[in-house]
Amino acid sequence: MIGSDFRIIVVDLSTGKAEIERLPERESAIGGSGLGVYLFERFGLLHEDWDHPDQPLIFSIGPLTGYFPLMSKTVCSFKSPYHNQFTESHAGGRSALSLRFAGVDALVVKGRAQNPVFLVVGSKKIEVKDAHYLWGMDVIQTGRIIRNMVKTAQGHRSILRIGPAGEKGSAMACINADTYRHFGRLGAGSVMGAKNLKAIVLLGDSDLPLPETDNYKKVWQETYRLIHDSGMMHKYHDLGTPANLTRLNELKSLPWRNLQASYDPEAERISGETFAKGHLLRNLACSGCPIGCIHVGFIRQKFTKDNRYYYRQMAYDYEPIYAVGSMLGIKDPVSILKLIDKADRMGLDVISAGVALAWATEALERGIVGTKETIEAYSFGNGAAYLNGMEHLARASNDFYARLAQGTLKAAEAFGGAEFACVLGQEMAGYATGELFFAAQSLGFRHSHLDTGAYSYEQRHSARDLEPAIQFLLDDELPRCLLNSMVACLFSRKVYTKERLAICLEAVGLTDIATRLDEIASHIRRARWKLRFETGFDPDEITIPKRFFKVESWKGKVDKDYLLRLKKAYGEKIKEIALGTTTKDQGR
Amino acid sequence: MKVLKASRIERCIGCQICSMTCARQVHGLLSWQTAGIRIKSSGGISTGFEARYCMACQDPICVKACPTGALRPRVGGGVKLSKKDCIRCNACAQVCPVEAITFTETGFPVVCIHCGLCAKYCPHKCLEMVEPEIAHAYDQPEVTA
Repeated sequence: MIGSDFRIIVVDLSTGKAEIERLPERESAIGGSGLGVYLFERFGLLHEDWDHPDQPLIFSIGPLTGYFPLMSKTVCSFKSPYHNQFTESHAGGRSALSLRFAGVDALVVKGRAQNPVFLVVGSKKIEVKDAHYLWGMDVIQTGRIIRNMVKTAQGHRSILRIGPAGEKGSAMACINADTYRHFGRLGAGSVMGAKNLKAIVLLGDSDLPLPETDNYKKVWQETYRLIHDSGMMHKYHDLGTPANLTRLNELKSLPWRNLQASYDPEAERISGETFAKGHLLRNLACSGCPIGCIHVGFIRQKFTKDNRYYYRQMAYDYEPIYAVGSMLGIKDPVSILKLIDKADRMGLDVISAGVALAWATEALERGIVGTKETIEAYSFGNGAAYLNGMEHLARASNDFYARLAQGTLKAAEAFGGAEFACVLGQEMAGYATGELFFAAQSLGFRHSHLDTGAYSYEQRHSARDLEPAIQFLLDDELPRCLLNSMVACLFSRKVYTKERLAICLEAVGLTDIATRLDEIASHIRRARWKLRFETGFDPDEITIPKRFFKVESWKGKVDKDYLLRLKKAYGEKIKEIALGTTTKDQGR
Repeated sequence: MKVLKASRIERCIGCQICSMTCARQVHGLLSWQTAGIRIKSSGGISTGFEARYCMACQDPICVKACPTGALRPRVGGGVKLSKKDCIRCNACAQVCPVEAITFTETGFPVVCIHCGLCAKYCPHKCLEMVEPEIAHAYDQPEVTA
């Protein structure tokens, strides 16, 4: 049965010791995203930099993790090297169930090890082990070596690790989770790097009693059936997220060549169908999810003239295909898969890295920088140059890449070219749908297309009608706060309605939470934003580069005035939420 | 009596719903390890998955190794456990050549009872219940192109 207190492991890498803490507040913080905020408030240093040794790196799961299908994600909360503010990044894979069966609601890592280490945490084990020989090693090799070194809980564990980008303090460094998933954006990998922490092995090595309620098994079966019958099995399993590519291109909403275009007549060369037909090796699932949305592609590479080959596997999705495909003008799936593989190995967030290299290409074309800076002679479509570029970016090969690794706008501050930087709070996600998405990503909590469904709303609404659009953003954020606190995969949002969540929470014995979901969602949303503001967020400081005003989507040319009005209005609403001055958010 | 076969394990996506269903429905636990069927990857997820479960031997070696008769042959193949007779000696697991037997945290053996509940929830029909004489079915894809 889920306890009313949170059980947290706090590891201090400076001392190599851990503490087990039992903390109250389950009924307001729930878990996942809400728990991340609560723990950062407790352990975080709000006014110190992201790489201060005592800043916590927090991994949290929710009250339904492992108890129901698709409750399969982990929330990572940290102060971001990208903007030095509080943020979150989420990942699937095996980490959520591994934490559940390690017997904890969250792992907090603070302190800095003297030398590179890796951390092993299980229900009966907490160990900090020397890893100096892994430093500098890529993500895939690191995984192989650690799998061989830690002999326990095979199949029931998760290995989180960083690559060179995280060691170098890149604001684009991800944490790789179980080879094919990532805590991708906003630089969580560098928080690990700053702690001299190369990897974390989570051992899911205990059993838990079933909830004592009468109906838990029945509710599990009902929920499984709803998921099975919802059609999502097919949608996310079939072509997966790359199914969006053709549609977005047809809607003139797919960024091409650093967003110099939003449509290309040859988009089918990199469509979901093309990948599935020629490059899909198989599907994988996160533990506890029957969908299997992870699409694993492969490449076969000849490495000597006399027919010697190796093969590699890498996960693809819509966003990576956009970032290192259309955004770089690449229309060859094999080149795209190689670039995804390279970003993975380097421990770079592939979306940010692709967008940054797209900017570097245009900057080079315009003569703002030369090959002295870029080292590679980038041109849109030239995959080989970008493969080297990923390595330069990850290893911060020179001053240019050291700056670019901190964010495209940081490089533009030094070299110029801010007007064509495709940055909306961070490097843009793959939706040139128009004003609403641009405003929403600019100010969204994670600067992600996952904060709200703006990109989806905008594919259905062409009217430039400010009030309903803003209302949509506000309304859509709340259920996501709940799902991210449970922690459900967002693909399941149509099944895990508020009503279904209440039924599931009751079935694990959390009846009080089940009856107060509206109030708790508002509380968590406010707490997240409040912490964001306290760590320096100011919506007025976020600018929208000129490139976005030139975009022409299916709705026509972007209306600059409307976009700026949207951003202003949304920013004001967010401020009201953080200050708790909206009536809806005074729940607590 | 039919027995469980992981006939189409190549289709496995590693969701582990089978293990968790067995733990929940058969053993009354929330677990992905204390189950009659466990899914493992050997050498990382890149290499695909294998299922560890009872092969439904007709003349089970674990029965012979059991000193108290707690394990008895099951009609159709495999074994049945009488928990009250089990002294938690671990002898059964030591002789099982395919490592099909695992243990609860209190030391009792956990072995597949060939009930087929896991197969019911497998999203890709990797698992099936077959007559014992159909030893190993081959995968028949729904499409061949």
